[in-house]
Amino acid sequence: MAVLDLRRKLAILSDAAKYDASCASSGAEKRSSVDGKGVGSTEGMGICHAYAPDGRCISLLKILLTNFCIYDCAYCINRVSSNTPRARFTVKEVVDLTLNFYKRNYIEGLFLSSGVIRTGDYTMEEMVRVAKSLRLDHDFRGYIHLKLIPEASPELAAEAGLYADRVSINIELPRDDSLADLAPEKSPTDIKRAMGRMRQAIDDHAEPARKAGRRSFARSQSTQLIVGADDARDGDILARSANLYGAYRLGRVYYSAFSPIPDASHRLPLARPPLLREHRLYQADWLMRFYGFERPEIVAEGEDLDLTVDPKTSWALRNRASFPVHVQTADKETLLRVPGLGAKAVERILAARKVTRLTLDDLKRVGAVLKRARAFVVTADWTPGALADRDSLKAALVPPQQLSLF
Amino acid sequence: MRVARLASEIDFAGWRAAARALRAEGVAPEAVVWTVERELFDLETPLAPSGASANFTVPAAFVELAEQVVQNRASDRFALLYRILWRLEREPRLIDNPADPDMTRARDMAKAVSRAAHKMKAFLRFRLVEGAATETYAAWFEPAHRVTEATAPFFVRRFTNMDWTILTPDACVAWDRQRLTVSEGADPADAPSEDAQEELWRTYYASIFNPARLNPRQMRQEMPKRYWRNLPEAALIPELIETAQERAAAMVAAGPSKPPERKLKAALRHARDASYDGSLPGSLDDIATGVEVCRRCDLWRDATQGVPGEGAARAPLMFVGEQPGDQEDLAGRPFVGPAGQVFEKALAEAGVARDRTYVTNAVKHFKHALRGKRRIHKTPDRGEVTACRWWLDAERRLVKPRVIVMLGATAALGVIGKPTPIGANRGKALALPDKTQGLVTYHPSFLLRLPDAEAKARAYAEFVEDLRLAGELAQLI
Repeated sequence: MAVLDLRRKLAILSDAAKYDASCASSGAEKRSSVDGKGVGSTEGMGICHAYAPDGRCISLLKILLTNFCIYDCAYCINRVSSNTPRARFTVKEVVDLTLNFYKRNYIEGLFLSSGVIRTGDYTMEEMVRVAKSLRLDHDFRGYIHLKLIPEASPELAAEAGLYADRVSINIELPRDDSLADLAPEKSPTDIKRAMGRMRQAIDDHAEPARKAGRRSFARSQSTQLIVGADDARDGDILARSANLYGAYRLGRVYYSAFSPIPDASHRLPLARPPLLREHRLYQADWLMRFYGFERPEIVAEGEDLDLTVDPKTSWALRNRASFPVHVQTADKETLLRVPGLGAKAVERILAARKVTRLTLDDLKRVGAVLKRARAFVVTADWTPGALADRDSLKAALVPPQQLSLF
Repeated sequence: MRVARLASEIDFAGWRAAARALRAEGVAPEAVVWTVERELFDLETPLAPSGASANFTVPAAFVELAEQVVQNRASDRFALLYRILWRLEREPRLIDNPADPDMTRARDMAKAVSRAAHKMKAFLRFRLVEGAATETYAAWFEPAHRVTEATAPFFVRRFTNMDWTILTPDACVAWDRQRLTVSEGADPADAPSEDAQEELWRTYYASIFNPARLNPRQMRQEMPKRYWRNLPEAALIPELIETAQERAAAMVAAGPSKPPERKLKAALRHARDASYDGSLPGSLDDIATGVEVCRRCDLWRDATQGVPGEGAARAPLMFVGEQPGDQEDLAGRPFVGPAGQVFEKALAEAGVARDRTYVTNAVKHFKHALRGKRRIHKTPDRGEVTACRWWLDAERRLVKPRVIVMLGATAALGVIGKPTPIGANRGKALALPDKTQGLVTYHPSFLLRLPDAEAKARAYAEFVEDLRLAGELAQLI
């Protein structure tokens, strides 16, 4: 086999990693290299060091250790039956790349994933070696995210947790039957079991770490769901997310619109990725995590979200009896449910109304989106009157279709 | 008109001293001109040194806000801050009103500063200084606001053990692993013009981009064009955008590929058959495997895994609980959560060794409802208990215990097949059709939930008593 140079390997193994949506570097505990020998710091807030022309943040060096894989997951560019070019990094190559990029301030750290070679354990061991070398040989204090191989032994997963800030296992498909169908070698139970073990390990370490004031284990885990590769509806996808958040305390569920890949499988839709649908799913996910909505309020299983309007406005239009809301007196939970009011705007409203009687202009200044909010609120100088009951309200809230040149 | 002269563009201390003096003197905001220009002939009245007359306090939040606002490049920043300070005397709660126009403007300025600082942390690129004695890096950067000095400590914390210099048009900061030194602004020519790693970084940047998701507007919003000229990767952007649609269309046009026949065959061989064939399990291992893929009811869907029983394969004493809880669902083992600990303790007090018994549940998957982010236990219904008797019956048939203890009503339903009140039946042996002896008692989680301490102690004592009776009947004590 021809020996690939580092640049060619990097091109292949980062191209192969780009379908993983996560690039977050937030949520690690505060640490610096002040009392250390190497480089690196994390301060809680993540940093995006660049943005690609797809608008996505580049925070971490997101690469695969290898894209050789014995599995045949239909949605994946690296499946064994794909004709994509293959490469494999050595442990040292990944360590050096990470440090060289980090010292030039290109990245916050490393996100290492891998195709499965030989066995799950063998693959996981190689990945752990990278993290271990960065932490122990080089005293690297930047961010590390490791993908877990669900079939790998619990001991290896636990060791990964020792060196990583976050770990993740991709469940990929919202329904177990489509996973069995499209990813025949993957077992949903193995994946859930590995997530369950990881949650227990994270919980077990949380209290001692808090007392000691320093990290001894990964802080959180996340996962990814592919949207549009199977026929699951948005309601099914969000039900899966709600279940994952509840069962495994995931920090994040990422949604990744299924995107055409070079050398695609004949079993999957070869079409433009459903980006708007992905966006609506993220909005709905936010409603569940930060706005006090339960999944059944947002969308029923077997049904899709309304693409024309955001899910909060959609809920408000279906529940007009709950409106209008008096911003001067309504409680926080109620304000969070008003379209056009974000969590930050709500905090500011709660502060400002102790001092002043809020007007529409005030709402605008605290960051509310009046276009959506005005039909649902009462302020000192404004009441929506019959506006809130009008049938045409939805049409007024939906942005007109932009015409494009043909 | 009074002129307040500050030592530099970010002279917060100077602004503070002048503002204190002016307010103590009662000079209205309209009557002050703020400047950092030096004039040859200073004609204005010197400001009174701030003394006893300047004794007043402001909210700490205002000082914090002002420190940030001063770094903004807006020319009215000093005047705005003084106006807020002036208004605070009459309106002490002004600082708490995020909807006030002056406060909104100050907050926007502070926000722009903190964004500029954040972008400096993000978009500054170091280059290796060739020929330096130790590993030394330098960067040329043009911040949107005057944030260089305030942001330097971030780079110290991150690159403590590296020699580096940051050059900007406003100011330069240098770190020699010991001390941070600040000097006058510099010129781009003072920084290295290239770094060998940039070729690799550009390769990474181009490869991580997904042309099927092209969204340059979003990119520009987060990475404004003003930063591009100092980003080594930004030169690639126009070409990446231009060829994106073509590349995405080519992927679609290329159509799906046919995988090599050999690989398809191998994949089929590997494929696991997760269906459960329904034949009677012949061993406890069969049960464990069967429970994992069981679809007899819908509870498998939201659970992590089926939790089979565990313990001595030929135990004379079998305990049947209700269903796995949150912890059992995660661990894949029965009775390891809070209720399991109560059970363990009571069993030890009764003098029964757990490893000589067999412990299982009437229902093998965790039934729950989501309340926010928590999983709340839900009692399995009769249909689920009945569906799961397939496994419980198999366990009873294989383990052949002398005595079965049913912990709670669900367990009794699973073992006996009909509702059996606990209160009326506990404390005595019931004859079961398969010649085993049955005992019903409380579920340990019932003991945990009793609010009254006295009732709790009484029920716990009865529970231990029941376990002791079970141990005696099974001849384990």
